[in-house]
Amino acid sequence: MKQFLSFLQKEFYHIFRDLRTTLIMIVIPIVLVVLFGYAITTEIKNARFVVLDQSRDVTTRHLIDRLDANAYFDFYKQVENFDEIETLFRQNKIKMAVVFPPDFSKNREIKTEIQLLADASDPNESTVLIEYATSIFQSELRRNSDFTSVGIVPVVRLLYNPQMKDAYNFVPGVMGMILILICSLMTSVGIVREKEYGSMEVLLVSPLKSVYIILAKATPYLLISFVNILLILGLSYFLLDVPIVGSLWVVIFLSLVYALVALSLGLLISTIANTQQSAMLICGMALMLPVILLSGMIFPIENMPWILQVLSNLIPARWYIVALRDVMIKGLGIIDILPELTILLLMTFFLILLSVKRFKTRLE
Amino acid sequence: MNNVQLNHITRSYGTIHAVRDVSLDIRSGELFGLIGPDGAGKTTLFRILTTLLLPDSGEAKVCGLDVRKDWKEIRGIAGYMPGRFSLYQDLSVEENLRFFATVFKTTVKENYDLIHDIYVQIEPFAKRRAGKLSGGMKQKLALCCALIHRPRVLFLDEPTTGVDPVSRKEFWDILSRIKKQGITIIVSTPYMDEASLCDRIALMKNGVCLRTDHPATISASYPHLLWAVCGADMYSLLLDIRAYPETYSCHAFGDRHHLALKSGKHEMNDLKHFLQGRGHSNVTIEPLVPSVEDYFMNFEEDKLCM
Repeated sequence: MKQFLSFLQKEFYHIFRDLRTTLIMIVIPIVLVVLFGYAITTEIKNARFVVLDQSRDVTTRHLIDRLDANAYFDFYKQVENFDEIETLFRQNKIKMAVVFPPDFSKNREIKTEIQLLADASDPNESTVLIEYATSIFQSELRRNSDFTSVGIVPVVRLLYNPQMKDAYNFVPGVMGMILILICSLMTSVGIVREKEYGSMEVLLVSPLKSVYIILAKATPYLLISFVNILLILGLSYFLLDVPIVGSLWVVIFLSLVYALVALSLGLLISTIANTQQSAMLICGMALMLPVILLSGMIFPIENMPWILQVLSNLIPARWYIVALRDVMIKGLGIIDILPELTILLLMTFFLILLSVKRFKTRLE
Repeated sequence: MNNVQLNHITRSYGTIHAVRDVSLDIRSGELFGLIGPDGAGKTTLFRILTTLLLPDSGEAKVCGLDVRKDWKEIRGIAGYMPGRFSLYQDLSVEENLRFFATVFKTTVKENYDLIHDIYVQIEPFAKRRAGKLSGGMKQKLALCCALIHRPRVLFLDEPTTGVDPVSRKEFWDILSRIKKQGITIIVSTPYMDEASLCDRIALMKNGVCLRTDHPATISASYPHLLWAVCGADMYSLLLDIRAYPETYSCHAFGDRHHLALKSGKHEMNDLKHFLQGRGHSNVTIEPLVPSVEDYFMNFEEDKLCM
């Protein structure tokens, strides 16, 4: 026990004396969350629009105010004709134009149209803008009149994430990525560094048990990843308004189980790699890429060819992200994510078994 | 007893034979030197004896413990200092020492008397990170860490390589003091001049042990009369001596050439004349007592002639 504690102390010395690496481990999650939350986003905020109002009555003014009041849209100005709209589009000054026909209010009872123009050179953005605007107008018109449309109007309601916020999707994804990055990469590099510097040789020629070496290497990173879990959750809750609908304890427990999988992956890699560079490469190629591409974080698993779907079953992040979404966003309990938890725990068990078996008590 | 035995140890990496059929019998409490150039197989031998590598064939015993079967026990009684500085550069001198003491299930206090002589020299830098020490200091710290658990056998792989001459001298003084504690010390070095500081040495080359004996016996068994030759232009002097028909061998040794002639009773004036004829004035030729290095060089020479 004393041996283990002393080894643990040494690991913490390594971590705290390499301030740069430690800072990176703490700063990367923050940067990623902020990046995904504000910079890399498909959400639209403050899209400028112009209005060509040929009717100029109470209803149109009211509709324009409504649109302007929405966080997604900013009123730019009133225009007089279509040429002006086109010029503004070409100058990239506006994202959308709204055209009201003459006598809008009067003709409403019969049949009338609002024309929405958007810049389709960015198809995603224009589609989203038009949909937003349409829904705003529709709800507004429905509310403010006794007019009811004939026939069936589909009422779409998005469950769990009604505002279609990206953060709901990427926060679990970023957690899956960060934990793999810190636990696997740092653990494997930490062990391989001892091999590379030759200190492993001295450690092996000591009565120190290899289990102690492995455990002492893994523990500090488990603690750091715990800090990161709290950090990401805090950031997403307070900064990005992602709710934690389910139990916070279940979220933390699930994340720690996932961190264990990542740690054991790192241990396995350390038994394969002999230099820090190769450990980093293996982590990058064999862990990061699959996590990003095959976990369902960015590309839906259902849309993949069957072989990739089968492969994605082997990615721990896949199970973690699904379970985390279930708990965080949908508010499910620990019983509902038992299958995912079991899979993750089995993975940990298998990986640790494999790496202890592969851990060499000799140099070759 | 703290003796070390090797019987017909062989080990190869792929097609390269690192160690071939080496048998050694190192006595308890001896300061034993493995002398040989890079690639002689010294490190491989150390790794086999410290149970880091398994031999392909042959037997080896450290304090009567088999390197294959009793590797766990050997790891408790052996002290090992690898050729490369392998302590933690980002840990201070103190921290390194304390860490290795705990790893070996002991405390610095318990065996302080053993390392006291060495540690007082690095104690002023106790708070300094090991990576910022000078080469000689690093070696002293590594030696302290290897000694802290009072090993019965100490393995030192090229401890003086890359260390300045003064520190090298100090280091060997320390070794002879450790020896007095009854610890068997096996040390490897590529420096032949350090051979005479060992009780006995094994000369190694290309994985083969050429000879094992006392350094004095080995140098005394040098078969030729040896001369030291000095001149102004040393390089052309070397070439011209080698061109002399009576020359058996001639090697550059620092500031002079060591020359052996084919027949023992040769008239040195003939050589002087020969060299003067080739433009070498002021050539001095003096008799020389052969060293281990001369023996080693000659060994290769003989093999070439055979």
